[in-house]
Amino acid sequence: MARIVIDTANHIAGYAAKAARVKVVAAYPITPQTTVVEKVAEFVESGEMDAEYIRVESEHSAMAACIGAAAAGVRTFTATSAHGLALMHEALHWASGARLPIVMVVVNRAMGAPWSIWPDFSDSLSQRDTGWLQFYCADNQEVFDTIIQAYRICEDEKVFLPAMVCLEGFILSHTYMPVKIPDQEDIDAFLPPYKSGWTLDVDNPATHANLVSPEWYMEFRYKIQEAMENAKRLISEIDEEYGRCFGFQYGGLIEKYQCEDADLIICAMGTMGAEAKIAVDNLRKEGLKVGVARVRVFRPFPKEEIRKLAERARMIVTVDRHISFGMEGFLATEVKASIYHMEDRPLVAGFIAGLGGRDVTFKTIEGIARKALKWLQKGRVDEETTWIDLRE
Amino acid sequence: MVTIKELPKEEYLLKGHAACAGCGPSIALRLLFKALGNKIILVVPACCTTVIQGPYPFTAFAVPLQNMLFEATGAAASGIAAALRLRGLEDITVVGWAGDGGTVDIGIQALSGAAERGANFIYICYDNEAYGNTGLQRSGATPYGAWTTTTPTGKKERKKNMPFIMAAHRIPYVATACPSYPIDFINKLRKAKELKGTKYIHVLTPCPTGWRYDTSKTVEIGRLAVQTGMWALYEIENGKFRLNPPSDRLIDKSKRKPVKEYLSMQERFRHLTEGDIEKIQKWVDEDWEYYKALASLERCF
Repeated sequence: MARIVIDTANHIAGYAAKAARVKVVAAYPITPQTTVVEKVAEFVESGEMDAEYIRVESEHSAMAACIGAAAAGVRTFTATSAHGLALMHEALHWASGARLPIVMVVVNRAMGAPWSIWPDFSDSLSQRDTGWLQFYCADNQEVFDTIIQAYRICEDEKVFLPAMVCLEGFILSHTYMPVKIPDQEDIDAFLPPYKSGWTLDVDNPATHANLVSPEWYMEFRYKIQEAMENAKRLISEIDEEYGRCFGFQYGGLIEKYQCEDADLIICAMGTMGAEAKIAVDNLRKEGLKVGVARVRVFRPFPKEEIRKLAERARMIVTVDRHISFGMEGFLATEVKASIYHMEDRPLVAGFIAGLGGRDVTFKTIEGIARKALKWLQKGRVDEETTWIDLRE
Repeated sequence: MVTIKELPKEEYLLKGHAACAGCGPSIALRLLFKALGNKIILVVPACCTTVIQGPYPFTAFAVPLQNMLFEATGAAASGIAAALRLRGLEDITVVGWAGDGGTVDIGIQALSGAAERGANFIYICYDNEAYGNTGLQRSGATPYGAWTTTTPTGKKERKKNMPFIMAAHRIPYVATACPSYPIDFINKLRKAKELKGTKYIHVLTPCPTGWRYDTSKTVEIGRLAVQTGMWALYEIENGKFRLNPPSDRLIDKSKRKPVKEYLSMQERFRHLTEGDIEKIQKWVDEDWEYYKALASLERCF
């Protein structure tokens, strides 16, 4: 029988690593991630997990150890936040370039200076171009389910890429919620033993990742792009299969809420996407046709699905817990890029909100929607990017 | 103890590798394979061996080789060792093979972490006393006075003592070696293979391209490094320090050749004054007093 566990998203991530039968965990403590690997350490020490926990001396080494272990033929797991993720940056490229299906939990935290321990997506979105799949979760159940799904997706021969499963620090990481954990045998049936494209093998010696001349390098990059496109299809299929097996389904790349007849679509990620649903319920009571598109997967970016939504909607607002300095939030950029080739494009307006953990409630999002609806009435966006709740 | 005749005929460093003529590290590599065979997995960070192995889609290595980030050898080797243990493949030896820059500078953190954790692998620093692959820049292992492209008037600081740093981690085995003494190097590798935990071997590998000497003199230069006492062959096994032949016969200063013989053969030391050479001689003599004292201790670490 599946059981209900009431715990924080971080501990739930530990449960998921155990359920996925991870063999090597290499991790370094950082707030607000730490309790993920504390939970894993507990499982390993108690013998509940048949795994080795390598207590590395830095996040760079955490990723390098995962690369080594994945290359030597076992399933790996790690978790980090903010500066830890930034320190890993170089190794993230190496992991994806080596086509190793490592899964990592990123507990989102704002980047310093100045120090902040509170959430925004500036850490993981800064790693946008490292060749990792990026999932963003809205509740603890989704954290568990996405970690299990991520291994299935990453270890598919059409993909063989690593993935980040992102969740916002404190909002999810330290918040208790009930989570349904399926039976181990059902998880085993869904997630077969570790598979990768290659393994370090003394009986079949090969040199991995040696110097590649300009004659070959582009083909290696093209293969990663192809794998990302394959992942796009696979994510939806596996989400459906997971739903059939375990009863939880998230709409694949984008969770859509009340979008069918919506004039205005609020596009957000993570918990802001969940909060936006409440805002939509309230606005709908007033007869306003508003919907939510919660972007669950940022890489590969679901541009086709955004386009589909844009065919019906008259306006899209993006709510970014992120700023690309000198431009705008990444979600705004990606949404606009996705619809550029459409003949009849909806209006798009970008909103920056919740940086460094500033609270974004359904009321905040209602305010964003009302402002956008005014612009929609006028047929013109007054401000391309608006910072919400900014002190004067 | 092995003899030259008993060494396996098999070569796992294949013909067509891309090392410079007279390359000390490539001699050490060949000996490494002679000592350990082919049931090994090699982790190689950015270093001269990145080039020696040859470019994709070719390789000059007949053992599995994982190229790795410059600073991450210790960590990646930890991960591989853990995976092999979990797969029941502990008869495979994991070997980190890194240059001096990748060991004493950028890679020291990951190596120190792995050693402190007792990760099960052999780590070999092949030391050509500069960043050779990038055209010879100064590293923490560059000796005092040596010309490099970033110390055009000679390095002003002394060489970092990496074997002692590793010994301070209380790992089971630390040793120094030089390919000019192949049997010593092979015996040390074989001893390291039998021990569990992190084993560290620091091998001085003369580099004609960087040290500026004739490519036929690599073995000779290595011998002089040892005979002058600039480089001592020793091992620290479970904390016990022991000088190995021929270094064990050099405690008495009169047995050692003057360092000038070693220095004067290399153009990288061409600009040294008599004063510089005297200073280096004094430091070497002090080191040997220290070795003498260490050898008398039951445990030095």
